[in-house]
Amino acid sequence: MDLYQQNILDYYKHPRKSGEVAGATHHCKTSNPLCGDNVELWLKLDGNKIVKAGWQGEGCVLSQAASDMLSEYLEGKTILEIKNIDKNVLLKMVGVELGPNRLKCALLPLDALREAIK
Amino acid sequence: MLKNNIKSQFPLLDSPENKNLAFLDNAASTQKHESVLKAMDDFYRGSYANIHRGVYRLAEAATAAYENARVTIAQFINAGEEAEIIFTRNTTNSLNMVASSICQQFAPGDEILLTEIEHHANLVPWQQAAKHYQLKLKFIPVTSEGRLDLSNISDLCNNKTKVVAVSAMSNVLGTITELEPIISAAHKVGAVVVVDAAQAVPHTPIDVKKLDCDFLTFSAHKMFGPSGIGVLYGKRSLLEALEPFEFGGGMISEVTWNSSTWADIPEKFEAGTPPIAEAVGLAKAAEFIQSVGWDNFLSHEAELTNYGLTELTKISGLHLFGPSDAKNRGPVFAFTLDGVHPHDLASVLDENNIAVRSGHHCAMPLHRKFELLATTRASCTIYNTKEDIDRLVEGIKKAQKLFC
Ligand SMILES: Cc1ncc(COP(=O)(O)O)c(C=O)c1O
Repeated sequence: MDLYQQNILDYYKHPRKSGEVAGATHHCKTSNPLCGDNVELWLKLDGNKIVKAGWQGEGCVLSQAASDMLSEYLEGKTILEIKNIDKNVLLKMVGVELGPNRLKCALLPLDALREAIK
Repeated sequence: MLKNNIKSQFPLLDSPENKNLAFLDNAASTQKHESVLKAMDDFYRGSYANIHRGVYRLAEAATAAYENARVTIAQFINAGEEAEIIFTRNTTNSLNMVASSICQQFAPGDEILLTEIEHHANLVPWQQAAKHYQLKLKFIPVTSEGRLDLSNISDLCNNKTKVVAVSAMSNVLGTITELEPIISAAHKVGAVVVVDAAQAVPHTPIDVKKLDCDFLTFSAHKMFGPSGIGVLYGKRSLLEALEPFEFGGGMISEVTWNSSTWADIPEKFEAGTPPIAEAVGLAKAAEFIQSVGWDNFLSHEAELTNYGLTELTKISGLHLFGPSDAKNRGPVFAFTLDGVHPHDLASVLDENNIAVRSGHHCAMPLHRKFELLATTRASCTIYNTKEDIDRLVEGIKKAQKLFC
């Protein structure tokens, strides 16, 4: 199967949630030292609820598209709902089979999320 | 260009599954020649036993095969004698051995001179030794076009300099180092020269006597031989003065409960059961290179270098990392592509059956110096063809269409 499905390319070229969130309550930046890709994630909580999520980063199509998809997914969720978020939730959104090396790219924003809400 | 299709002598490349593979990751590791695979297989099936000390015929045959490999490798790089050839695990292992042992002889404040093109394998072991013995690291700078700048060599090499460790060819820029002026500057101040020939050895003939380097290292897997074996060449007097690096069976002369004395070189540096079949394979790989002949290697690769440089620099948005003229340069092409991340490019190329590598290629400081996080690297060797480069160019254009 092609890695670069229309869906992924669309998120990459037209990100919905890119940019810093004003008044963010949670924030983390992570990078993959092996390839230099990085993702910075911001969350704004109202009580327990994520009212806004945003990201910024540099890297490959997978890491950037996955960051945008994750941010979109996070809005409206409660901290409780995402506290133990499974990597498969994100991989399902990405929707393509990934080898071990590319898996790290797609999961980079998840590392940022876990750090941010720790 | 070579007339005979040499690709067909490499079983993996000749297999039905890989008939359409453009394998362009040879700077990382090469495919194995038929003769290497056959020699190792024959050895395991017909003459395998542990080497040394066994008096039965199989042990003697295995010992002879292993020691003959040492003779072949000594001839391959023109060492003074086979005892100057130490079999190791790989280049990294060889460099760690030299760095950790030789630095014991130095005083705090002494200097080690490296270059800015070094692979982590010829940088990190020296960093560690420098920390341990309070030595200072200095670097021969690389110019913006990717060549070593030797204009300050006489300042950099001073009477504090104890070791000059330098790569004979860059695994990123493709440049072949002018070793002679570096070695003579080092020897003028009495410094020992360590040459990392991991990248150079399948691209250019090496004559350690003519170079007059003190140590030289390389790996079999980058020259059509097996993984798991490397070489450390050292001049006899220097090897004799060096403390062993690992201890155990095979490297001792006499052992009592509380102390031991060391065997002579090369055994002193070969503790434990060595990579025996791998030595047989390595020797075959050296013989394969010699059978093709350096003239053929050099002219084939010069054509690939010229063709690659011409075709790649035609692509708009492609920025070559390293010199764009073919002088003193091999067919290794690292580059960035506007709007396309190296990982994505490598993935698209893979979907088109073209194997390249993306990342920092174990040269992080070099990438950082040029403000690059990662590059894509296509590296050719004797079995590559102009068609492989055409396929690469086509693949790059496909990626541009997809992402830009
Ligand atoms: C210039 C250079 N030095 C050292 C090495 C390390 O070789 P090995 O991984 O076989 O130890 C490499 C290979 O990547 C290299 O290209």
